This record gives sequence, C-alpha cells and structure tokens, in this order.
Amino acid sequence: MQKMEETCPQLLDLIPKEREWLVNKDDRRSHGSAEEKKLELRLGPPGQDWSNLRDNTSISHKERDESLLSLGYFYNNSNGNQTHHFDSSEKKTVLPSPWSSPPSGYHNQTKGPSFLQYSPSSQSLPVTQKASQSCCTKVVDLQSAEKKASVNTAVTNNTSQKRTAPAPVVGWPPIRSFRKNLAGTSSSKPASESQNVAPSKVPNSKPVETSRKGMFVKINMDGVPIGRKVDLSAFASYEKLSFAVDELFRGLLAAQRDSCAGGIKNKIGEEKEITGLLDGSGEYTLVYEDNEGDRMLVGDVPWHMFVSTVKRLRVLKSSELSALCIRSGKELKN
Amino acid sequence: MLKMASSFPEEVLEHVFSFLQSDGDRNSISMVCKSWYEIERWCRRRIFVGNCYAVSPRILIRRFPDVRSITLKGKPHFADFNLVPEGWGGYVYPWIVALASAYPWLEEIRLKRMVVTDESLELIAKSFKNFKLLVLSSCEGFSTDGLASIAANCRNLQELDLHESDVEDLSGRWLSHFPDTYTSLVSLNIACLGSEVSFSALERLVGRCPNLRSLRLHRAVPLDRLSNLLHRAPQLVELGTGAYSAELRPDVLSNLSSALSACRELKSLSGFWDVVPTYLPAVYSICPGLTSLNLSYAIIQSPDLIKLVSQCPNLQRLWVLDYIEDVGLDALAVSCKDLRELRVFPSDPFVLEANVSLTEQGLISVSEGCPKLQSVLYFCRQMSNEALITIARNQPNFTCFRLCIIEPRTPDYLTLEPLDVGFGAIVEHCKDLTRLSVSGLLTDRAFEYIGTYGKKLEMLSLAFAGDSDLGLHHVLSGCDNLRKLEIRDCPFGDKALLANAAKLETMRSLWMSSCSVSYGACKLLGQKLPRLNVEVIDERGHPASRPESLPVEKLYIYRSVAGPRFDMPNFVWTMDENSALRLT
Repeated sequence: MQKMEETCPQLLDLIPKEREWLVNKDDRRSHGSAEEKKLELRLGPPGQDWSNLRDNTSISHKERDESLLSLGYFYNNSNGNQTHHFDSSEKKTVLPSPWSSPPSGYHNQTKGPSFLQYSPSSQSLPVTQKASQSCCTKVVDLQSAEKKASVNTAVTNNTSQKRTAPAPVVGWPPIRSFRKNLAGTSSSKPASESQNVAPSKVPNSKPVETSRKGMFVKINMDGVPIGRKVDLSAFASYEKLSFAVDELFRGLLAAQRDSCAGGIKNKIGEEKEITGLLDGSGEYTLVYEDNEGDRMLVGDVPWHMFVSTVKRLRVLKSSELSALCIRSGKELKN
Repeated sequence: MLKMASSFPEEVLEHVFSFLQSDGDRNSISMVCKSWYEIERWCRRRIFVGNCYAVSPRILIRRFPDVRSITLKGKPHFADFNLVPEGWGGYVYPWIVALASAYPWLEEIRLKRMVVTDESLELIAKSFKNFKLLVLSSCEGFSTDGLASIAANCRNLQELDLHESDVEDLSGRWLSHFPDTYTSLVSLNIACLGSEVSFSALERLVGRCPNLRSLRLHRAVPLDRLSNLLHRAPQLVELGTGAYSAELRPDVLSNLSSALSACRELKSLSGFWDVVPTYLPAVYSICPGLTSLNLSYAIIQSPDLIKLVSQCPNLQRLWVLDYIEDVGLDALAVSCKDLRELRVFPSDPFVLEANVSLTEQGLISVSEGCPKLQSVLYFCRQMSNEALITIARNQPNFTCFRLCIIEPRTPDYLTLEPLDVGFGAIVEHCKDLTRLSVSGLLTDRAFEYIGTYGKKLEMLSLAFAGDSDLGLHHVLSGCDNLRKLEIRDCPFGDKALLANAAKLETMRSLWMSSCSVSYGACKLLGQKLPRLNVEVIDERGHPASRPESLPVEKLYIYRSVAGPRFDMPNFVWTMDENSALRLT
C-alpha cells in the first residue's frame, strides 16, 4: 500500500510503474515460454498426460460424441476463409499494453504435429478431419499464447461438473427474483395439450422434470395463535389434507386449551382428534380463500381445481360458520 | 458560421433546438458557446439522470428552469440480482420535494431502481398540476396506498406503469380511486401486483377511457374476465393478460376468441400466467399482427409454443422460457423473419442438469434465420467457440448480446477450451455492439479481444472470468465508449484499477463485487479523484477494521458533480479526502 501511495501520480497518469511492468512482462514471457515447452512436451506422443485427459473426456462425456457429429457438420458449413479471417485479424491486433505478450511468437507452435489431440472428433470423423484441423489450429494458436491454465482449468472444471448440485451463489444465475418464483408457484411442469409428444430429440436431453418445490399455503386455526404452512402438493385428496390438518393442530389446540385452563398439568396429553373438517359435522370446518379473495368451503370443487385457486386455508369453529357470510361453491348454486 | 448563428434571434434558435430530441444532441448544442448554452438550458424540457447521486436536484434545477419530463435512475443494475444490500439508497423523496417546488408543470416522471415511498407518491399526486405519466420500473418501497393517491388526484394521468416493481400490496381497492370523471388513461401496467382488484372498477375504468392503448394486467385477473375487458377496449394495441387459465367451460374459449379477434390493433401480448394451452387458440386470430410476444411467464411445452410462434410472421420481439427448446427456435427461425429481439429465460436455473433440450444450436438457428436480429439474452447450459463464431458471422448487426451459461466457468463443451475465441468473434464481427454480457470459462485473452474490438461497447457485465489484472486492464484501456461496467467474482484488483483511474471519470459507474480490489486502493482512488464517489459496501463492518491490503466486499464507483452522498446506511463508506484523513 505504501508503495502504491508513492507512485500514485504515475499510476493515475496511466503510466504504470515501468520497472514493475517490465518485470511483469519478462516474467510473463519466460513463464509463457516455459508453458510452451510444457505444452510441447504434452503435445508430443500421446499416451501420457494427454491420454489421461482424453480418456477422462470420453468417459465423462459419452453423450458428447454424438454432439460432435454436429460439430463436424458445423465445420463443413463454415468455410475456412472466415476462420482464417478471424485468425489473421487476431494477428494484427498487438496491443500497446505492457502486458500483452506478442502473439506472433506463438504461431509457430501450431506446427506441432499433435494438435489433433485437442479434438477427439478428428479421429472419429475422418471425413471432416480437414476442416477440424484448421479450426483446431486456430484454437491452439490462440490458446497456447495463454497459460496452460486454460487447459487445466477446463479439465478441473470438467470434473467439477460432475458435482451433484452447484453451490448456491447469490445473484447467480442473473435472474430477477420474480422469475425465480415462477417455477415454484405454478405447476412447474409445462402444461401441454399434446402430452404424448416426445419432449426432445436432442441427444443429451432428458424429459422435462417436475420440480418438487411444493406448494405451501398458510393455514390458521381458530383458537390457535400460531399459524402453520402446509404443502398442498404433498396431498392428493381432501381426505389426506384433512388428516394433515388434524396432525398439525391437534397438539397445538390441546396445548392452547391447557394454557387457557390455567396450566393444570394433568390435563396435558388429552388430545382430541379433529374430525369432520370437510362435511361440517365436526367442531371445526375447513375453509379457504381463493385467488379471487372469496372465502369458500373446502371440498366443493375437484381437488386439482382447489389446488390451483387456493391462496390460504383457515380452520373455523363450525359454530361461528353460520355467522360468517360464506359464499359456497358458485357452481353448485348455478 | 458562428457569426451567423449568433445573429439569429433567440426565439429562432429555440425553435430550431426544439427539433432535437436526443439528450446527446442537446448536450452537444450547449457546448457550442455561451449563448447557445443559455438558450438551450431555458428550453430543455426533458431530462435524463442516469444516476441519481451523480447530480443534485439543486444543480439540475439551477441549470434547467423549465423541465416537463424527468427520468431518474437509482441503484446499480446488479441490484436486480440481489447483489446490492437492502437499504443501500436510491431514495427519490428528496428529488420529488425539490422538483415539486421548482417545476409545478412537470408532466412526466420515470424512475428506475429507486426507493419510492407512499409519501413520495402523495407528493407527486398533490404537486404537479398537469401530471401525465408515472413509470416506476423495478422500484420498491411503496404500497397500493400510494397508488391510490395517484389515482385519486392526477386527473390528466395518461400512463401508469409499475414495470417489475416490488409493490406492497395492501389491497386492490386503490384502482377504485380513479374518479368517475377520469377518462384520460392511455397505458396501464399493473402486471407486478398480486392483490385482486375490483373487477367492476377495472371494467368501468377501461370502458370510459377511449384512448386506452396499453393494458397489462396481473395474475389475479382470471381469464373469464378478460373478454369483458376486451369488449370495452377493442382499440387496444398492447395487452397483458392475467392468469391464462379458467375452469373448463366452453364459453370461455369462444368468448375470448371473439373478443380478441375484435381487437384488430393488437400488436403486443404478454402475461399468460398459469397458462392452459387449451385456451391458446384464442389468440391465433390476432397472431399475424403481433410484433411483440412475451411468453416468459408461460409454462408451455415446445409443441404449443411452436404452434403459436409459427403464426406470428411479423414478430419483432419474443421473450420466452427455455421450454421452447432448440426445435422451437428452429421453427422461430423459419417463421419470424422480422425478429429483432430474443430473450430466452431459464425455467429451472437452479438444477445442474438440463431439464430441457435447449443448447447453442437454437441460437445458431435463430442467428441464421432471422437476419434482423439485434438483441439477444440467452440462458443455456452449453456453448462452444464454433457456435459463437458462427453466430457472430451470421449476425454482425447485434447491438446487444447477453449470454448466460448457467454453470459458472463452463468451458467450450466440445474442446474444453475457454470461450475466449468465441466471444472474441462476437466483439470482432458485431461492430455496433453496445451491450455485452459474457459467461463461461474465460481467460484474460477474451478481454484482450473485448478491449481491442469493443469500441462501441457501453455496458459490459462480467462474472467468474479472467485470470489477472490484465483482463480488467484490457477492458478499461480498450473500450473507449464504456459507460457502465459491472463485475463480480473476477480476480481483478488494484493494479488495473489504479492504472486506469482516469478512465473512471469518463464512465457512469463501475461495480465490482467479490473481486480483488483492496481497501487501500479504494482510499487512494477516492483521494486522488475527487470527482468520483468511491463507495465501499461491506456488510462485515468497517473495512478499516481489517488490513488495508485485504479486498473489499463490494465497490461501487461513479462520477458525481454533487459530491459524496449523505444518505448512506452503516455498511457503505465513501472514500473522499476527508474520510481518508479521518481514517489514517
């Protein structure tokens, strides 16, 4: 930091500390050439490091062999001229930056015979070999100018791709939060008229997955101050929901009664089953607020329709039900 | 020339200037000479402030005494992805207070990524006599109560747009506050709201506004209500549906079909929440006229998307989820020859394995088939250099290219090489590129290409890329027109930043988070460049409590003529001369 303060005028004038840059440059250069040698060695006879890499690649990316077919096709399509065009423009852009290592020196590199090692496709696809060669030349051309790190990182990354789940990174992928919710809130499997249509023909694809993120709605019960949440996607019917509501609140309700009764210990454990939630025969009745904000009795409409319209659930005392203005199933009335 | 110009009467010049709408042209005019500066400032009606902390309301008002329209932007773009901590700033209230006293005839306010309180909305509603337009884009901090006061008081309001704002949704009653005599609405976008509004109020509002052109509803509006609304507004040009599903009743489909086909002017469709494909044929009749289709909330499979898209030969803009798959993009390339903008969003970004077969091939197809394509945002899971080179050659007229390969540092999946060459091709071939987002495995070489060729780049987003300071140096020293640079998780540090410090004054802003810039370098920048606000954002506590050589969590640098701001929360520090003195 002190060094920086001493030299800050130069830095701010965009003239970097000469010595430092020069050292950096030399360093880079020698470093670079060392990398070159390593690369040359590695590019030599197959069967050492590289064969490992290749084996690794072909094992972990079996499906990619198929995609390589498209690569071949692709190369045929793109005529060599344009490839060269990019290549040559690359040559003419030697940046004035003290950092930039002259790319020209590296062009000889590509004459090494073994660059084909870069592309397994060149062996499996003799027809397109010529086209791939020119392309691979270019790749080696540009990449060898960089650190070998590029190759190595690629390999490490390749292995890291096998991880079962990516570590969650804040803000990545860059998607607005309301889009993230999209998959969670709606039935994340795309609706389709044509369910029989095969989802894809591309080699390494899988059928569309249903995500199991669940569909949580709030549920409150009369006489219980704390609400709960239930995952409606975990139930397939009203009966199962009603069992779940019983399980969720039975204990809480009993505890609530106990505390109201002055905390007399020996009453604890006297849990009463909550029944008749759906037909109005029990002490409590299950109602819900639908997406239009109306309060409805649970059980009138088919389960899937209920799931798609319910916003929140409430367990009401049946005795208070009549006092409330409940709009029960519009369809029934009509 | 100058002599002649100065011999014009002011009124003539003013009239001539009035034909120049672009901010850039206006700025150039005012640089010609003192008298042009004077004339121009008196007749400037529209103001754009790209960063609300770059200038103070006082300075603005002093220079431009008669403004009718103002656009203000607040938080950095990365706020969209939760990278800017809650409470960072971007408060509009002080601006509204100042504008209210200076410009009683202000007609238009457009805000983006700002914190807008209900108090601000009430002040807007009360202060401006002839208020016509309020656009709150990605704003937050207000509720439906604030909207109620806008509805109740702005009798001449033509446009209310809550584009992607985070509104506290207290109730849907606010909509009923538009008085019965109010008829001037032209555009209403409430797609971001949650609460149900009173449908009868909505229907009456739509029915009594003969100039309504754009209506973008929210998810709480059910499909069976839509036909009623459309019957009242057959003149609509832009429609955002609510939930696109209903209980299975045959009349819903037929009603909707007839209502939609009566809307002959419709050019743009969006919405489609909870879409049930059975109802999609209702829009087929208007498809030939559509230029814009936003299906990015529509969870529909490829076959249904293909059916829809292939009936829209005039489509210029398509936003869609990756359920469209390569096969759907192939169909798009065949059918939509006029396509200018394509955005493909991920349906399930947090799984590692692809849930759909959307690859680089889809983008290649579109780049081949749609010659007018200019703007792309594409989320996918695999990419190759060859694909990028092909895309670049197919489509040299890209102005915006944003590619997100979902897994960070993914190499070319065919060669396992970095994607340097591919992105190099993009910047080399697309000479007019102004916006670029890169992803995948990239070395400093990629940034050398970007610095060499990206001469028109104005906004650049980088993530998980590069190997050293060299990368950042290439960008800062090479991209001459760069205005906004946002970087996260890249190994860029002090050296590149300090060496290009002067460049920062030519830019609107630089964001760097999880990079390698030390606190010492931040202090130095703040001291030496007083026209820059250098903000260190660190939720771990004051950066001075750690060694100066350690990297700061987040860094936001922007130029400002207003000096350091005074509304910083306790996790933001500005590195100005005083603070540096205080701390050392």
